[in-house]
Amino acid sequence: MSTRLRLFVLWVGAVGLGLLIAIAIWRLPGFGHYPGPYGDMLNSLAPYERQVTNVVTAINFDYRALDTLGEEFILFAAVSGLVLLLRGKRGESAGEPPNPPDERALVPRSDALRWASLGFIAVINLFGSYMVLHGHLTPGGGFQGGAILGIASILVYVAFDYRSYRKTTPKEWIEVVEAIGAGSYALVGLGAIFAGGAFLQNVLPLGERGHLFSGGTIPLINFAVGLEVAAGFALLFLEFLEETRTPKPEDIES
Amino acid sequence: MSHLPFAVAGWLFLVALYAIVTSRNLIQMIVCLAVMQSSTYLLILSVGYRTGGVAPIFVQSEAPPGTPAVDPVGHALVLTDIVVGATVMALLLALAVQVHKRRGTLDPHALRPMHD
Repeated sequence: MSTRLRLFVLWVGAVGLGLLIAIAIWRLPGFGHYPGPYGDMLNSLAPYERQVTNVVTAINFDYRALDTLGEEFILFAAVSGLVLLLRGKRGESAGEPPNPPDERALVPRSDALRWASLGFIAVINLFGSYMVLHGHLTPGGGFQGGAILGIASILVYVAFDYRSYRKTTPKEWIEVVEAIGAGSYALVGLGAIFAGGAFLQNVLPLGERGHLFSGGTIPLINFAVGLEVAAGFALLFLEFLEETRTPKPEDIES
Repeated sequence: MSHLPFAVAGWLFLVALYAIVTSRNLIQMIVCLAVMQSSTYLLILSVGYRTGGVAPIFVQSEAPPGTPAVDPVGHALVLTDIVVGATVMALLLALAVQVHKRRGTLDPHALRPMHD
């Protein structure tokens, strides 16, 4: 398709779509006037029905837990696909440092960078764990906390070098943790069936609102998602970093 | 003025669409897809916004249950999609890496159908 034809098709479609968007916006209630009713019902029911303070987490991991299970498997599939695409014919040895790209020399890390990253590793690990564990109480949850924890792994590379990064982020273990995270979400759902409920029904005692152990299965699922997301992100960084390493002849299969 | 956030969402979507169609670089195309995705976040969050509403987190001392709050369903949708979207974006970047390895270019116009 030529560029001119491509642009013509785009303009016809975009003008039509723009008109439809304008009409749709015209008929929406004004900004700041949320009409409800579902959000309002959940806001007034969830704190009593599920004994959690964070209603968003209650929706994600209880009321619409089946949807979130699907979302989590999208994440799992995306990470698996990435590993499949990138690892391919590349070697897997952990000892070799990555080759610097052809034109650039490997710059030694400055002391400022080392110390700042070293300080951040502890803070980020702590903050990420707090986010995951208190997902049903305060803003946060497994998805957000997991993403923060995933960052902590790459900071070891920023602070030290490739070898220490590979030592603190062992690929085999991360893959296992990711699978455990994805699997235990589904297992919590299956457990509810064995306890006599429906799939992913909240069958555990709900506890008292505002306490760490409250909300029944919500913190459990939250933790599973946290593991999955943290391991998934760590694996993403690992695979992209591995791309900079030129494979040795004996690493290449076939 | 009360419809401005929705209009911004629509504008972001169309601008990103234009950029994707005319893009000459796969990496830029992927970033444009991220821009397009964020237009949907903006739409969902602004539809669920309520003037003066608190975040849907109810602590007895600060905001007891029953305080007017914004729509929690939109927040739940958007927060999962931001994280899942990031990994999907990584998958697309991996595809771009492989395209560059095999074809030596990131220009989608320079890519021809495979022969063998």
